[in-house]
Amino acid sequence: MNAVFAVANKEFHDGLRNRWVLSICIIFAVLAIGLAYFGAAAAGKVGFTSLSSTIVSLASLAVFIIPLIALMLAYDGIVGEDENGTLLLLMTYPLSRWQLLLGKMFGQGLVMAFSTLIGFGSSAVMMGLFSDTTSWSELIAPYTVFILSAVMLGWIFIAIAYVISTSVSEKSKAAGIALIVWFIFVLVFDLGLLGLLVGTQGNVDETLFPYLLLLNPTDIFRLVNITYFAEQNLTGLLAIAQQTQFSLLSLFCGLLVWLLLPVTLALTIFNRRGL
Amino acid sequence: MSNTTIVELQQAEKKYQGVTAVHQLNLELRQGEVLGLFGHNGAGKTTTIKLILGLIAATSGQVRVFGQDPTHADARNLRSKLGFLQENVSFYDQLTGLEVLQYFARLKGVPKKNCPDLLQQVGLSDAAKRRVKTYSKGMRQRLGLAQALLGDPKLLLLDEPTVGLDPIATQDFYGRIDTLKQRGCTVILCSHVLPGVEKYIDRALIMGHGKLLAEGSINDLRHQANLPATFHLQGNNLTLPEALATHVRKDQIGTHLEVPLQDKMKTLQQLVNLPGLENMDMHLPSLEDLYTHFIDTHQGLEAAL
Repeated sequence: MNAVFAVANKEFHDGLRNRWVLSICIIFAVLAIGLAYFGAAAAGKVGFTSLSSTIVSLASLAVFIIPLIALMLAYDGIVGEDENGTLLLLMTYPLSRWQLLLGKMFGQGLVMAFSTLIGFGSSAVMMGLFSDTTSWSELIAPYTVFILSAVMLGWIFIAIAYVISTSVSEKSKAAGIALIVWFIFVLVFDLGLLGLLVGTQGNVDETLFPYLLLLNPTDIFRLVNITYFAEQNLTGLLAIAQQTQFSLLSLFCGLLVWLLLPVTLALTIFNRRGL
Repeated sequence: MSNTTIVELQQAEKKYQGVTAVHQLNLELRQGEVLGLFGHNGAGKTTTIKLILGLIAATSGQVRVFGQDPTHADARNLRSKLGFLQENVSFYDQLTGLEVLQYFARLKGVPKKNCPDLLQQVGLSDAAKRRVKTYSKGMRQRLGLAQALLGDPKLLLLDEPTVGLDPIATQDFYGRIDTLKQRGCTVILCSHVLPGVEKYIDRALIMGHGKLLAEGSINDLRHQANLPATFHLQGNNLTLPEALATHVRKDQIGTHLEVPLQDKMKTLQQLVNLPGLENMDMHLPSLEDLYTHFIDTHQGLEAAL
């Protein structure tokens, strides 16, 4: 276990050193505070809007940006070390492959979790301090759910990035595939589902359809944050899922499955990788 | 040199997708021995090293390091007794030299406090707190060396260790190899840069196209190759004794005399008293000559087949 922590520790330091942590913190904080304060600008108002609309709009933005950041952070995790020659060197150390891979995922997962907490947490603190309509006690639960699910989403995409990183032999290829994966999960999947609805003229089994959303971790993330604010008027794809209410717990379990799947896959592929 | 066998390869063979990288290689290395592994690019040097490190498994044959199969899971603990430096390693640019070394030390289970001392040994004390991205090629190489020396290894595998080192650092490096040898460390030096290495190796292994072309000490190899000793003579109106005259080759630089190695001393005595001789150089077949000879002979054989 010591080896896993040694690797994780080094990865986290790397993240601090090359300003990943700082950049992610700033991006998240600007996003979150901006949305909280200017969220109602379209309606001609400036100032803190309602908590629920802030979080829902934050979630719909985060769903694009978190996977992208996670993929960028981790896509070269293995293939980059391979190109540098350090992978070969590390494998001559008393360190097994799973220890290296888990250590790297832990370290970068920590980078993601830390930045998410600081970035989004700062907007919660700002709201608590300056908003007249929202009290501290109201803030804590929804922000906890939001940040927790955001961290999970980040971890899932770090794990997916490692599946890519362990399967290819060139860094540039990994970057390309990561971009495609992002595109598929964040855009194409939802468009496909919409297409399915339109194509069948809504003739899809209503009980089945919400479950299709579980096939995409970004949709589960959205569901988590929408489920929490069920009183919101939803438009688009997710409105359909509202009829079948998943419990918050089952959605988090869904995210957990989505995390374990790519972690296991990455470990399996890495064990077969030639040196 | 003791009798403990550290590395043993028996008919070890490695195939990559039908291409044989190493052909039935036999090798035995005892404690405290320094072996030079030479060959052109793609000769199978790196594959041999990877086999010994347990990074790849042999397609057939047997590999034993410290008496164990290095690819076996149990052998992982043996790796703390092992030092390795590969060609062209570039470390983590964002970390300082000291941090990089401390990371590797932690992975190897070596106390952190040994790191500054090791950096000093390789001459990187002044740069310890600087980020690796500011390091020159030679400095990276030295950092790699420090990493390989972590934890007092019993077996050291060095792939092109002197690339990028200046002549003084190279001498330093060979000196350190000697010290390690005295302490009972077994060393495998892998290189295609040959000059200067002869003095420090006990045995040389020349590989070509995955096959063992020649093996032995420099003296053994000289006898095997049967290359002549060459005398370069300068002087006026040189008249050589009849016995030697048949071996003479003349060009504008001077007179060259090539005699079989075993006649070296006899010829030398005859030449010293030669009238009119002003200067003389003697050249024995160097490792480089031997290397070229074995590679050429091998290619000649291949062509004949």
